[in-house]
Amino acid sequence: MEAQAEHVTTGDEASVHVRVWRGDSGGGQWHIYRVPVRRNQTVLDVVTWIQQNPAPDLAYRFACRVGVCGSCAMTVNGEPRWTCRTHVNRVLRDGQLSIAPLRNLPVVRDLVCDMTPFFDRWSEAGGGFVPGIDRHRPLPAIAPDTLARRAADAAIECINCAVCYAACDVVAWKRDFLGPAALNRAWSLVNDERDRGNRERLRAVSGDAGCHNCHSQQNCTQYCPNLLDPAGSIAGLKRTVMRAVLKGEF
Amino acid sequence: MPLGLYLLQRLSALVMAPLVLVHLGVIIYAVRSGLDAESLLGRTRGSVAWGLVYGSFVLAVSIHAAIGIRTVLHEWLRLKGPALEALTWALGLGLLVLGFRAVFAVTLA
Amino acid sequence: MIAPHRRHGLWLAFIVHRLSGIALALFLPVHFWVLSLALTDPAALDGFLQWTHRPLVRIAEMGLVFLLSVHLFGGLRLMALEWLPWSARQKTMAALATAGSVFMALWFLLSGYRMA
Repeated sequence: MEAQAEHVTTGDEASVHVRVWRGDSGGGQWHIYRVPVRRNQTVLDVVTWIQQNPAPDLAYRFACRVGVCGSCAMTVNGEPRWTCRTHVNRVLRDGQLSIAPLRNLPVVRDLVCDMTPFFDRWSEAGGGFVPGIDRHRPLPAIAPDTLARRAADAAIECINCAVCYAACDVVAWKRDFLGPAALNRAWSLVNDERDRGNRERLRAVSGDAGCHNCHSQQNCTQYCPNLLDPAGSIAGLKRTVMRAVLKGEF
Repeated sequence: MPLGLYLLQRLSALVMAPLVLVHLGVIIYAVRSGLDAESLLGRTRGSVAWGLVYGSFVLAVSIHAAIGIRTVLHEWLRLKGPALEALTWALGLGLLVLGFRAVFAVTLA
Repeated sequence: MIAPHRRHGLWLAFIVHRLSGIALALFLPVHFWVLSLALTDPAALDGFLQWTHRPLVRIAEMGLVFLLSVHLFGGLRLMALEWLPWSARQKTMAALATAGSVFMALWFLLSGYRMA
């Protein structure tokens, strides 16, 4: 991390001083690039420019470029961000930009993380839908304005970018903690009237690595690029588990 | 953290909330009237009520502090398993013994 | 010094709650030991209580009152957050808990000076 490699490739053009973390699971270092300024430039544009010009071997991940797929999240100036919809001029500090892989996930190479633990937590938290009927019976109608439906709606727009997972200190301090995204997903299913898996799910989210480890620091809600509120979802799970305990269902 | 510990943590907090308010009131009353051993013990000695209030306070705080510190040890020092459990119990029981001794000293002795 | 992702009110409320909890847990054995002097050495207890009348000790005690209050009000905030219907006013509640603790600490300090 101490050593730095300099790659200066532009002349007089207005440019941004960019530090990019490059390496693999064994460690890495900061590389410095000068990237020409463009109008409406996103952090992903900067990374792409570096890959297409001075560093063709730079590894990073993206797909849609419009904030739908959730694959381009990185650590930008120390904060987790979706890079495709983060404008450079909004996050620039003293004319500088540092770009690193997401926190709390193993690095594959350069800016690419191994998302396996993130999705493992998702299934450990009972994130899979458990159907109650087969295809031969009609789907029940669910009124759009019930409390449960609105709670499910509020939590459902997650794109699994792992920004919240990277922002969460409890994940950093307790590696098996299910984390905000998985618990938010579980909360959306707890409120899904069609789902039949809640008995198992409540057990999963109240285990030793479950929702009760959350300290309500709310970094997740602070950073969710889709403006979801995983902290609120986790509080909902705590409330639901508490109610189940009081009813003697545990 | 096991669910049971979370529940105990919140239950002890719930018990303590009014007790801490009472304690803050006592603290402010005591400094207003000028704190000395004679007036302090004059208020508390022989009082079963104060003994019960502070006795339950000590019980709740021992549970609450032990579980709280357990979480800190687990998250910040990465302790787990028997070492973590032993430290939790030692802290809780230590506070309980010291606390009951203090309550005994100022109320019943 | 504080990492960028921690520079917001609710993370600060967390760290205040944790550090005040640790400090109170460290203070408790001392507190209990001093009170036990009533049993073993009443003169020493009175000597100690007289020592607490010194201005600097009083200010340190104000710190203790702040720690206790901030842990109490912060804890009530957490229980409300976990058990009452969710509110989007998380930062307001954290600010209120802090303000209540500052009030308690100052009340304590002024109560002491009235007599002194």
